[in-house]
Amino acid sequence: MIKFALIKLLLMDDKIFQEKIDKDRKIEPKDWMPEKYRSHLIRQISQHAHSEIIGMQPEGQWISRAPSLRSKMILLAKVQDEAGHGLYLYSACETLGISRDQLISQLHSGAAKYSSIFNYPTLSWADMGAIGWLVDGAAIVNQVSLQRTSYGPYSRGMIKICKEESFHQRQGYEIMAELAKGTKEQKDMAQDALNRFWWPSIMMFGPHDADSPRSGNAMKWKIKRQTNDELRQSFIDKTVGQAEVIGLKIPDPDLKWNEKRGHYDFGEIDWEEFWNVVNGNGPCNKERLDHHINAHQEGEWVREAARAYANKQIKN
Amino acid sequence: MSLLNYTLRIGDSSLILAQRLAEWCTNGPTLEEDIALTNISLDLFGQANGFLEYAATLDGVKTADDFAFKRNENQYYNFLITEIENGHFGDTIIRQFLFSAYLYLFFQKLATSKDEVLSALAAKSLKEIKYHLKHCSSWVIRLGDGTNESNEKIQSSINKIWEYTGELFELDQIEKDLVKKEIAVNREALKFEWDQIINTTLNQAKLMRPKDQVMKTGGSKGIHTKHLELLLKEMQFIPRKYPDAKW
Repeated sequence: MIKFALIKLLLMDDKIFQEKIDKDRKIEPKDWMPEKYRSHLIRQISQHAHSEIIGMQPEGQWISRAPSLRSKMILLAKVQDEAGHGLYLYSACETLGISRDQLISQLHSGAAKYSSIFNYPTLSWADMGAIGWLVDGAAIVNQVSLQRTSYGPYSRGMIKICKEESFHQRQGYEIMAELAKGTKEQKDMAQDALNRFWWPSIMMFGPHDADSPRSGNAMKWKIKRQTNDELRQSFIDKTVGQAEVIGLKIPDPDLKWNEKRGHYDFGEIDWEEFWNVVNGNGPCNKERLDHHINAHQEGEWVREAARAYANKQIKN
Repeated sequence: MSLLNYTLRIGDSSLILAQRLAEWCTNGPTLEEDIALTNISLDLFGQANGFLEYAATLDGVKTADDFAFKRNENQYYNFLITEIENGHFGDTIIRQFLFSAYLYLFFQKLATSKDEVLSALAAKSLKEIKYHLKHCSSWVIRLGDGTNESNEKIQSSINKIWEYTGELFELDQIEKDLVKKEIAVNREALKFEWDQIINTTLNQAKLMRPKDQVMKTGGSKGIHTKHLELLLKEMQFIPRKYPDAKW
């Protein structure tokens, strides 16, 4: 009898929850939510947070070599913004009942993922331009959509993050535009970066909708507001013209405007490469994770000292 | 000419220390501290940029970027303490604490310089340095009075880095002449107050002040440790490799 009443109550909760979602009301940390909604969010927000943090590495490596004082300050500020985004997102994730320590150990054990784009190396200064323009550009398309996500803390985090990301995208594009009108070596450098980052960037939106198993619930719960393929198409449509303006060529022979669809058609994505990188076999997966683990371990004595000092203050 | 040299000395120290601190990016013991250290770095790059821009104005031909990216190590005039390697977090905190305490006093005085540009740059920098000093002092205390391990580590950091502090209070003829004109700061006179800041914090942190010893010197003459050449090689790599390109 009690069991039956409990199930009835849960169904009621579920109904109220879905009604709220359908009315576009935000779900807040203390509201009832289905466990699957909670775990989906933890997975997605933590993956997003880890991407910001691991994403600091490929660009961080070029701060010491930035070729002018201005570019050095911009890049450093940008990487700091990413660290800040990581902080907001870890905090948003913590409202779902998981600690930062747990999130970091999930990253280190491989249980939590981060965006595969950061497993590609940054081989030249132009990569700073390509990352800002394409990688941040792709991230914005996704994040603009997520500003309307149903979970309040995530949605508010996204609104704050989007403002900074659009600066990053413009700054990346500025680097590419400057290189494209520079010496021949600079232009080659820019084209080479575009060649290397184009396909990984459009892979950032994930598998085709038909192959994306978790999308169903995520759309129903309005965690996701647009599908992978819709977002990818929107990114491609707005980026093609930007490449043309600065005289760079997108490395896709099948890229063509389709009058009927009102969108660009594009070539087939190499899904084998995509899954290889997702499954840990990209060019820099090990390097990125090892770097994070080492820095974390080397900082242990510092964190321990801070805890010990704080405890002494409480006792006194 | 001596004003240009003096301006470079100030800008170079900020630039080299900023470059060093930026190495902490993605390596901090916590995410918050990663942000804090690179924030200090960013402030110092901003300060360096201001002083090197002024140097460019005084020079009339070179740009701030030329000064940063196209000089060899023997044309750099930064203090040696700014170029030594980061070491572990305690080493970096001690270096930053000792140097921020100095810069705090230095910029206070430079803010009253008869040279209006130097004084304005100093006043602007001072606001940032106050925060740097506060942040680093709190870490010196936390690590000194944290665990036995952290106390030992940071005590050994201060023992190791101490020999680079003497140079901060030395004056050569160029500076003495500018002090007479009330343009430069009499750095010798900053030592007393610096000692007080250092002693108070070390005392609170349960750390011993190292005995004064033979001090390292040479930065203002362009004579550096082995570390500066490697730092510059990395920093200047792109502009040197592509001398015709603009960035």
